[in-house]
Amino acid sequence: MKIRIKREKIVEYEVDLVDATLLEILTHIKTKQDPSLVFASGCKSSVCGSCSMRVNSKEVLACSYKAKDGDFVEPLKNVPLIRDLVVDMDKAYQFNFKAKTWLSKDSITPVLSQDDEKINEIQSDCILCGSCFSACPVYSVNEEFLGPFSLTRVWKYVSDKRENDSKSKIDNIQTNGIWDCTLCNECTMVCPQNISSKSDIEKLRSKSAMAGYTDPNFGGFGGGFGFDGSPSF
Amino acid sequence: MKSDVLIIGAGGAGLVSAIKAHESGVKVRVITKEYPTRAQTTMAQGGINASFGHMSEDSVETHIANTLKSAHGLANEDSVKYLCEEATNAVEWLDSIGVCFSRTADSKIAQRTLGGASAPRACYAQDYTGLKILHTLYDRCLALGIEILNERYLLDFITNTKDNKPYVCGATVLNIRTGEVESYESSSVIIATGGYARIYDKNSTNSTSTTGDGIAAAMRTGARVSDMEFVQFHPTALKNSSVLISESARGAGGYLLNSNGERFTNELAPRDEVARAIDDEMKKGEDIFLDIRHLGEKFIDNELPQERKLAKLYENIDPVTDLIPIKPVAHYTMGGIEVDSTSQTKISGLFAVGECANHRVHGANRLGGNSLLELVVFGKLVGESASTYAKEFSSEIDSTTSHKDSSDFIESIKGIESEVDFYEKRELLGDVFYKNVGIKRDEKSLESALKTIKEIQAQIPRIGLKDKSKIYNTNLTELIEFRNMLELSEAVLVSAIARRESRGAHYREDMPNEDDKYKTHTIVKNTESGIVPDFME
Repeated sequence: MKIRIKREKIVEYEVDLVDATLLEILTHIKTKQDPSLVFASGCKSSVCGSCSMRVNSKEVLACSYKAKDGDFVEPLKNVPLIRDLVVDMDKAYQFNFKAKTWLSKDSITPVLSQDDEKINEIQSDCILCGSCFSACPVYSVNEEFLGPFSLTRVWKYVSDKRENDSKSKIDNIQTNGIWDCTLCNECTMVCPQNISSKSDIEKLRSKSAMAGYTDPNFGGFGGGFGFDGSPSF
Repeated sequence: MKSDVLIIGAGGAGLVSAIKAHESGVKVRVITKEYPTRAQTTMAQGGINASFGHMSEDSVETHIANTLKSAHGLANEDSVKYLCEEATNAVEWLDSIGVCFSRTADSKIAQRTLGGASAPRACYAQDYTGLKILHTLYDRCLALGIEILNERYLLDFITNTKDNKPYVCGATVLNIRTGEVESYESSSVIIATGGYARIYDKNSTNSTSTTGDGIAAAMRTGARVSDMEFVQFHPTALKNSSVLISESARGAGGYLLNSNGERFTNELAPRDEVARAIDDEMKKGEDIFLDIRHLGEKFIDNELPQERKLAKLYENIDPVTDLIPIKPVAHYTMGGIEVDSTSQTKISGLFAVGECANHRVHGANRLGGNSLLELVVFGKLVGESASTYAKEFSSEIDSTTSHKDSSDFIESIKGIESEVDFYEKRELLGDVFYKNVGIKRDEKSLESALKTIKEIQAQIPRIGLKDKSKIYNTNLTELIEFRNMLELSEAVLVSAIARRESRGAHYREDMPNEDDKYKTHTIVKNTESGIVPDFME
């Protein structure tokens, strides 16, 4: 099969592997055809989040995507490109710090029921592959948006029964946070762990409303316009 | 700026020690060749042992007894006692920082049975235990503002000498993104770089990054390395991809079947025994399967969601309705850097923790659920010991020579004309190790593997790069990883040849019994004539 990869130029490789993952194809190219091809990988089993990239304009983990003839492979978007398929995730991960994605204080005797534990089970499956970050359209207008994976992580802690200061977490995500999301659902569509950051952001919005916050895009003095000046509905 | 404690590696062991060192009030810096959440720790599925007895009667004493039995006389009883006694504290601490452990109906941390355990002892978070622990540790590091530098590859440790005694004072690294050599000075260094099971290449459950870099660098700097011949084979990896299927699948009642659908072994014996039983069947020409169909879809989706996903993806079968084809592959390396009771190596100020270290708690065969436990218990200890050492450290630091040596090393590699393809040799090394230094070995197979290693080593002056660019050159980092694995391969082989008996994971077909003469640790030293083994208490 033929695979095209976006490097400095678009390069086409021909590989004869059947039923192979894209990661197997890339490894085959690197070790047998072209050692200068650069990509990140680790566990080969969809849990370390290293090999996220885009195939035919959609984010995938190379280790869990079965390659097809004619596939076009590109690096993630919204993050600085280092080389070939490798991007710099430092700034993206820094949003976890800005969003304060941790338990505020050590709780001494946490007692969680099965139901309590299930509340954020899926959010704690996140592997930080950055697929959602790459797919998010908000970054084209706001580079400081806290972003889908960080906000999912905030929901993970806010919804955790052991968190005893969820108010300050909510306070912290009002600017460049939950109200900047357009609820387009692109993040959900690409998540390899079936997490929906969009719905986590909606849950954070209702929690914020309960805390007295309102959607800055609605009402108020500025009129019904969103961050980019377009009307919000 | 110089740090007090420099930690190489940002997996579970590295991050726990970073948190504890930070809490001791010293300046901490963590360096990783990847990013923290990409470490091997994410791949731990089954659980972390602690004798809470939430499901049935259990005690610290039985945890100790099970661990010692599986270790076949090679564990240090005091270390094992410490590990098991600290276990409930370790899990409670993880729970207090937010790890999402699975719960029982009466709101306790749920526990399940892994091989070699006399009670359900492994606390778990579905089959994502390592992932959830590592990500929570990472979040804790963010909360504390700990400095973590990503994509820096360890080259060597910086040492200076005082009164003819070497002491560590930092490390040189290759900044993968810029291609520059960087020196990080520090009063103490903790090695937390993981194991060496990738020597087995594709015949391993491990991440492609588990190449033993820290152990090889420690050996080069004069630290001692021990018990390298003990490599654990996990009984159940997917047949085509070597992807791990957790022992918890058997703990929950999964069966091992041969081609006739017959069970042939006790599925919950320690891993070395189960792996050998499978190997015997496979040598008879049988295909081996893991059967969890009878556990039911609801149970599988609740407790083993990752296993179902992985089997579908990599084997094209659904464990709810199909048998899972499996084989044993290299999974965990018991050997590593020798440390004392403060986790310090022979080199002053150089500490080690996690899979790269040998705290003598696993002996000849590790119990499932004890590796996550080890990295929390000893991570805490080493974070504190390194901080104490750093606070008293007052010697000079001069990194000029080390920096130059590392820069010269990179230049020398770039100067080699590439006549021999190391990717081919890496694959060869993996296959030779799987065949000759695998579940079973004998003198002939080991000697033949050593011959192959020596041949490859002799070709090193002709193994160069095809890509000589500066920015993010993984052709370069993979070549250095390969050279590290070659050094460690020799250490594994000379140890395995010297141990003329069978014990735990080291099974010699030519000497199938334990011999009390060898109830002792294999130490290897780097000498001018190569790596030589020695035995000592």
